[in-house]
Amino acid sequence: MNLYEYMGKEIFRKNGIPVPDGYVIDSVSQLKPFKKPSVVKSQILLGGRGKSGGIKFARSDADLKAAATDLLGSKIRNLAVTKVLIEDMLNIKKELYVSIALSRADREPVLIASNSGGVEIEAVPQNEIFTKKIDPLLGYSDFIGREASAFMKLDPDIAKQFRSLLVNLYNVFVNEDCELVEINPLVITGEGNLIAADAKVIMDSDSFFRHKDIVITDPEKTPLELEAQGKGYAFVELDGKIGVIANGAGLTMATLDALTLHNGKPRNFLDLGGTDNVDIVVEAFDLVLKANPRAILVNIFGGVTKCDTVANGIVAAKNKFAIKKPMVVRLSGVHEEEGRQILKDNGIESYPTMMEAIERVVKVSEVQ
Amino acid sequence: MSVYVDENTKVIVQGITGHQGSFHAGEMIKFGTKVVAGISPGKGGTKFQDRVPIVNSVADAMSFSPDATMISVAAPFVKDAAYEAIDAGIGIVYILTEHVPFHDTMEIVHQARRKGITVMGPNGPGITIPGKCKIGIMPNQIFKDGDVAVASRSGTLTYEIVEAITRSGLGESAVIGLGGDPVVGLTFIDVLKKFNDDPKTNKIVLVGEIGGNNEELAAAYIKANIKKQVVAYITGRSAPPGKRMGHAGAIIEKGVGTAESKIKAFNEAGVKVADYPVDVPKLLR
Repeated sequence: MNLYEYMGKEIFRKNGIPVPDGYVIDSVSQLKPFKKPSVVKSQILLGGRGKSGGIKFARSDADLKAAATDLLGSKIRNLAVTKVLIEDMLNIKKELYVSIALSRADREPVLIASNSGGVEIEAVPQNEIFTKKIDPLLGYSDFIGREASAFMKLDPDIAKQFRSLLVNLYNVFVNEDCELVEINPLVITGEGNLIAADAKVIMDSDSFFRHKDIVITDPEKTPLELEAQGKGYAFVELDGKIGVIANGAGLTMATLDALTLHNGKPRNFLDLGGTDNVDIVVEAFDLVLKANPRAILVNIFGGVTKCDTVANGIVAAKNKFAIKKPMVVRLSGVHEEEGRQILKDNGIESYPTMMEAIERVVKVSEVQ
Repeated sequence: MSVYVDENTKVIVQGITGHQGSFHAGEMIKFGTKVVAGISPGKGGTKFQDRVPIVNSVADAMSFSPDATMISVAAPFVKDAAYEAIDAGIGIVYILTEHVPFHDTMEIVHQARRKGITVMGPNGPGITIPGKCKIGIMPNQIFKDGDVAVASRSGTLTYEIVEAITRSGLGESAVIGLGGDPVVGLTFIDVLKKFNDDPKTNKIVLVGEIGGNNEELAAAYIKANIKKQVVAYITGRSAPPGKRMGHAGAIIEKGVGTAESKIKAFNEAGVKVADYPVDVPKLLR
């Protein structure tokens, strides 16, 4: 889960990583009187906010009010700005880059640092980027910071601050179960201090059982996706018209792909998971119906999930929600015959193969 | 030895009295797997299905000389269970559990590597050698003995493809699920090496998905090292960037992990990529 900048900075502050003084507001009435030149930053999850007009500078009280008024409630590249962060403007002498990220291929953290910050790291030439894999069992050690500082040609005093920052940054990465902690830019101020001007933190949502203190409303999820998450479903809203319920993430993705290759546009991704419970099927229909699709496709490969259970769930949902929309069901695997008989007795179309069901649902969704 | 396991592989189940653990242990026994003991702290001295001894700890299970363990405990307890198995020196540690924090998995994988232990999963369906051994949750009835080895990042989709292979008249020499998490024990390259060395395997199927670069690395490896025919299927072509598609690992981040990139890499390595799961057997010579 991506955290907003202000949430990331709160974590940084708690862990001894220097960040600018500031506060976050969701209404102009919460503005404090202007004291010194400030930066007003939209709290949205978008790379390159500045270029899109999401960051404004205030050199007077009037500036500050105008900036906060402009940004709060606006939309930047379709993302609603509901909070802004107001921070002291830094006296920037130089901008560095530093991050610790999961390297999936190596299955370990990797430290990335560069003397060239303030731009996307992808745009920095390879020979200006310091990269070091960290053995998770050994953890971070100061020799890594020495290597990085030497590579970056940091002045001794800045190097000292940088090495201490790396210790804290690695602690954040591990203790907060992060996928990514990124500071870009990491600013060297005119006063000779090292300060994290931005914070990008991605936490592993599977670790939330040990981070009960963290607000776990994922800012990137739609209300329906959040509702589904609360009920334990993997659910993604898409912009098509065919509602999809399948079992297993891979098979669900394959179903969306097959629909798309047949010029059918899926309305959602919903993985039923491994279940043998009628209610879980009914609840899944409730979610998909809320997305208001034109037609619904159910694609089940039965194993742990029994086809007759799913069929009973489909019939129960049809009755409970008085579903009039066309439904096409594919049932294959464990208890397939029983399942298809239940559907037939209740006037619901079913097919033994995925391709037949895909072709059929695309056809009926066009007619509607 | 076939791929990783065979008919002599002795298996223990950590969490054998849980809902999932007991169901799948029962299915594994029906398949013919040698389940020699189960672990359930506090329930030592009892039996599973009146035949498999239950003990309190992995240490207690070592008298049964296990070669592999299946871990089916809740996510917060997986790291401890895996460490217990690694400490005991069990050669294959398969983790069924979904939603294990990947920081835990990183540490498990690195501990295992130091001891030369193989980790399968987390969040994968396990391994099946038709007619010999099944560790995990794949449905028993979809397999037929044959010469096609399958490695996959997902569960149900694997069954869909295995069933298509079986229906086409071909059969499988080994089926392995790597797991749907961003950090898992095995890579496609690890299993390709095994498939390449396995005399029974003549054809290889890789089932990949969006997220990471496991497929791209595999494609380069195949081009340089594998003479056996390799066919692939990649799912997530229609997935929007930045969204996790059910699996924690199935996400396109900063343009990395797209289906296009994986399909392109396979095509360049001479690996045919099926448009639909059902087309996989059609591409196998």
